[in-house]
Amino acid sequence: MSDHEPSTALLEVRDVNVSADGRDILRDVHFSINHGEFTGLIGSNGAGKTTLFRVILGIQEHASGEVLLHGEPLTRSNRSIGYVPQKVLFDPDLPIRARDLVALGADGHRYGLRRRPRALHDAVDEMLDAVDAGAFADRRVGSLSGGEQQRVLIAHSLISRPELLLLDEPLANLDPGSVQEIIALLHRVAQRQRVAILLSAHEMNPLLPVMDRIVYVANGHVASGTTDEVVRPSVLSALYGHHVDVLRVHGRVLVVATALPVGPAPNDEHPEFVVE
Amino acid sequence: MGWLFEPGWWANGTVRTALLVGFVVAVTSAVVGIFTVMRGQSFAGHALTDVATAGGAGAFLAGVAPLVGFVGGGVLGAGAMDAIGVQRVKGRDIATGVVLGAAMGLAALFLFLSARSSSASGTTQLVLFGSIFTVSPSTLPEVSWLSGAVLVTLAAVARPLLLSSLSVELAAARGVRLRSVGLIFMVVLAVAVGMSAIVIGAILSTALLIGPPASALRVARRVGRAVALAAGLGVLATWVGVLFAYDSYYWFPSHRSLPVSFFVVAAIVVEYLVASVLRRRTRPAPVAASEPEGWT
Repeated sequence: MSDHEPSTALLEVRDVNVSADGRDILRDVHFSINHGEFTGLIGSNGAGKTTLFRVILGIQEHASGEVLLHGEPLTRSNRSIGYVPQKVLFDPDLPIRARDLVALGADGHRYGLRRRPRALHDAVDEMLDAVDAGAFADRRVGSLSGGEQQRVLIAHSLISRPELLLLDEPLANLDPGSVQEIIALLHRVAQRQRVAILLSAHEMNPLLPVMDRIVYVANGHVASGTTDEVVRPSVLSALYGHHVDVLRVHGRVLVVATALPVGPAPNDEHPEFVVE
Repeated sequence: MGWLFEPGWWANGTVRTALLVGFVVAVTSAVVGIFTVMRGQSFAGHALTDVATAGGAGAFLAGVAPLVGFVGGGVLGAGAMDAIGVQRVKGRDIATGVVLGAAMGLAALFLFLSARSSSASGTTQLVLFGSIFTVSPSTLPEVSWLSGAVLVTLAAVARPLLLSSLSVELAAARGVRLRSVGLIFMVVLAVAVGMSAIVIGAILSTALLIGPPASALRVARRVGRAVALAAGLGVLATWVGVLFAYDSYYWFPSHRSLPVSFFVVAAIVVEYLVASVLRRRTRPAPVAASEPEGWT
């Protein structure tokens, strides 16, 4: 395998449709993610971000369309994709130390109880250090704070050396300081390990300094491109199905509805949007 | 030590069988119990003992070996619960409750019929509360084989099971077959509670399944140690129960032994209280709890 394949995308999502109970959750979703890039998956709560992650992982039911990794259809248990789910909260009574959870990222899917090789223990230590979690490696995961658990989960997902890391709302419920720390850590690890990151958030502002591309979800549709290409009134208005304004204030971006939509619900419309 | 071990204790074949069968059952229950508690399936475990009760009562009625009834009933119950929807978190309690209710109804019918068809008035007592002193020595190899099968199966799926107990999403993303692993565990659980139903009775086998693991999880920080500790606590409680029940024959002039089950459960409760005290002493409230970000 050659090291340089800049022309092909790492991940390609094509014509993905998901519906549940007669309701469309995602419609004609298509976008791609490049090697080593930091992509923000932005959308409000309930926009379908988690569903999209589940489609990429191949664990979403009632999904149609194609997800290609290196141009090949995804297989089950693809170890090239790491995943940090939303709202994982560990019970304090679980006899699982931070380092045990990280090790399970490497062999948690394997049957049998073979002894863990020395190399795995070394890899766990290395991974814990990479996410600044060495100090609480031997504490129960359930006794750690939200930010600390996030770090351990990131190490768990990265130990299998994936090429793509999916993080579902990792910044939700963290205080602003921890948000900055996690973003800086992800940016650092992504560059060092050459892993592409797709991170979902309902707030894009903390991500603006590190985001290479943005995938914006609203109304079951997505628009993708660089921030400048996507976060524009014309694109977002088409996506939402009613007019929105994009305000830039002190380096922050605010998306605001100009007026409440009247008439038929925006879901009934099929706005055209093309972003290259 | 003469005051502790009453006459005949060391030479008694019934006692020896009780101790050996008790050992095997306690270890199996404890190991399976650790995963049951971590997966939050204690209620399912209890329901399976009720299904095992129906099986055991049916076995008495049909004149089949009780072990076959208890274990067979439990496995059928596990299959029924899986079919109804134990996989979905929301469906889990409902499926469990439905199967539990049906099983208890059947058990009541079987016990009623067997009490009328035979003169064995003690059947109800035996099925519900067990009697380790009535276990025949020939049961030991059967129980050992079952236990071996349970432990080997559990070891085979241990890591996927552990990961899916921590988070189904993490496990699914790693490619763990949640459905298969969950069903395998339910069957293992059914066999384990069916076995312990013979020793301390269907109703109290939940105590042996949940009690020692709950105590172990209070103090152990690693899964391996929790399993070992739970097994030790389970065996200790069972042996103490057998000993005291044996001794109790000499306590009262009427010479009626108190039930083993009572002493086993009493020992389990004492163990849990001790574990809780130890935890409070060795593990003060984590510092992180006072940080606002700890409460997400």
